[in-house]
Amino acid sequence: MNIYVLMKRTFDMEEQIVIENGEIRDDGEYIINPYDEYAIEEAVQLRDEHGGEVTVVLVGDEEGEKQLRTALAMGADQAFLINNEDVVDYDQFSTSNILAAFFEDREFDLIIGGNVSIDHSTGQVGPRLAELLDIAHVSTITSIEVSDDEVKLERDSEGDVEKVEASLPLLVTAQQGLNEPRYPSLPNIMKAKKKPLEVLDLDDLDLDEEDVEGKTEIIDQTLPPKKQAGRMLEGEVQDQVSELVRLVKDKAKVI
Amino acid sequence: MSKKVLVVSEIKNNQLRNVSLEALTVAKQIADGGEIQAAVIGSEVTNQAHELVYYGAEKVVVGDDDKLKNYTPDGYAQALEQIIDLADPDVIVAGHTAIGKDVTAKLAARKKAGLISDATEIEVDDQDILVTAPIFSGKAFATKKIKEGVQFITIRPNNFEMGERDENAVGDVANIDVEIKDLRTVIQDVVRKTTAGVDLSEAKVVVAGGRGLKSAENFKMLDDLADVLGGAVGASRGACDAEYCDYSLQIGQTGKVVTPELYIACGISGAIQHSAGMSNSKVIVAINKDPEANIFNVADYGIVGDLFEVVPLLTEEFKQLTASVN
Repeated sequence: MNIYVLMKRTFDMEEQIVIENGEIRDDGEYIINPYDEYAIEEAVQLRDEHGGEVTVVLVGDEEGEKQLRTALAMGADQAFLINNEDVVDYDQFSTSNILAAFFEDREFDLIIGGNVSIDHSTGQVGPRLAELLDIAHVSTITSIEVSDDEVKLERDSEGDVEKVEASLPLLVTAQQGLNEPRYPSLPNIMKAKKKPLEVLDLDDLDLDEEDVEGKTEIIDQTLPPKKQAGRMLEGEVQDQVSELVRLVKDKAKVI
Repeated sequence: MSKKVLVVSEIKNNQLRNVSLEALTVAKQIADGGEIQAAVIGSEVTNQAHELVYYGAEKVVVGDDDKLKNYTPDGYAQALEQIIDLADPDVIVAGHTAIGKDVTAKLAARKKAGLISDATEIEVDDQDILVTAPIFSGKAFATKKIKEGVQFITIRPNNFEMGERDENAVGDVANIDVEIKDLRTVIQDVVRKTTAGVDLSEAKVVVAGGRGLKSAENFKMLDDLADVLGGAVGASRGACDAEYCDYSLQIGQTGKVVTPELYIACGISGAIQHSAGMSNSKVIVAINKDPEANIFNVADYGIVGDLFEVVPLLTEEFKQLTASVN
């Protein structure tokens, strides 16, 4: 099976967000978007079961090589980094159209991505790409079984479980619960350094920057208003509870 | 500048979701005198159309078809595209729900259009719709606008007021024959994990429990408090992992994002992955026996104490309060 994994490099959740002049300062730790780790793990398991190849693809700047090497150490066979520098107002429209151009001349059976990235959390790229490639998609999957061209899936829909049948080629997006992503072992980290990693730019995909200019523009980025320090209640338990109910009644429009 | 707005509504458990009515509020704000239309699609959903009129839709287009009984990206996108082509809107507003976020992304790709997801605030100036949405799990906000073409927006539940229901409102309701073919995914079965009752992502009050509850049996005590307040019960990942409750209740970076008026965290330590799903709630109450617990950093009010003592007292106190109000 020919499996492709869509990856994104994201800010580590533990990082403090600092905004200067409407721009987010980007000197913190970066990680593989956690949902993409499920995608990589599932791709590797499916390849081990059915044979074939796992290719990981990341659209971003050169720094993304680090995350791609990690994916190779987890078991992917080859990697592509598509450089998106110089694209104006880069957004989900841009990503999905760059990826659509990348896939245009490639044969694939299955594309797996994370269902959402933890930075902008839109969940758009998977469904958008499937539409551009004219293939079906199933979002937020928690289980996938492939036999021949038939695919049986379970997906999470706001807590309910939907059992879905589809066929290849297919695009799916991973939800928590799909698997437990492995930690790469040291020997595999060494091996990953020798695996093929190719850097492409838009020219290589016959794209101009204007073709993938974003449809949205960021006007401003702000931090949430500083929350006042919370108030810790004191005294006897019953008194605290009565005080709490009084405070909540005044503050929240629920009672 | 007035705009034509189409609201993509959603029906769950045979009822219009609140977020669809909130989307009508947003539509009114954006339309600025322009026409407000609403789409309802599904199977046996025609009777919901008038409800959308009562909340401000001037025209409702209904696509009622057996093939739309369950959500499939292909089926819903086909039906909605037909409605969009008929309605010819400048702006399309949907709820940021499992269905809403999925189908709008597909439709936006088809229309080569911009989509701003998960809006919590919207401002309209002469030309532009300025849409603010949380980024980095609510640690920051980005305000964006769509530069050209039809504009897709999804809104986060519970962040826009529902309008007043007006049964005297008049509007057109039109059924169209939607043409649905070649569904490439088929739903074989839906296993309902969520209970009927208050929808967690739309609840005005959420009572959430963590590992501090210590057992599935104890976890049920949260139901009483939630019932008194007309709210829903949620959980931290820890409580789900420990099998005190089903994963469908999980709130956090994975799991649901909620922004109720009142969030009561019981025995939740408040890891960043949890606060990612609830830190934008209006009023946050934390009950935890550990005074150093992180949850107190995001709480408006905190009680350091034994939740097994505090929660029943709190339930009783709220019960008396609501009894005196009614």
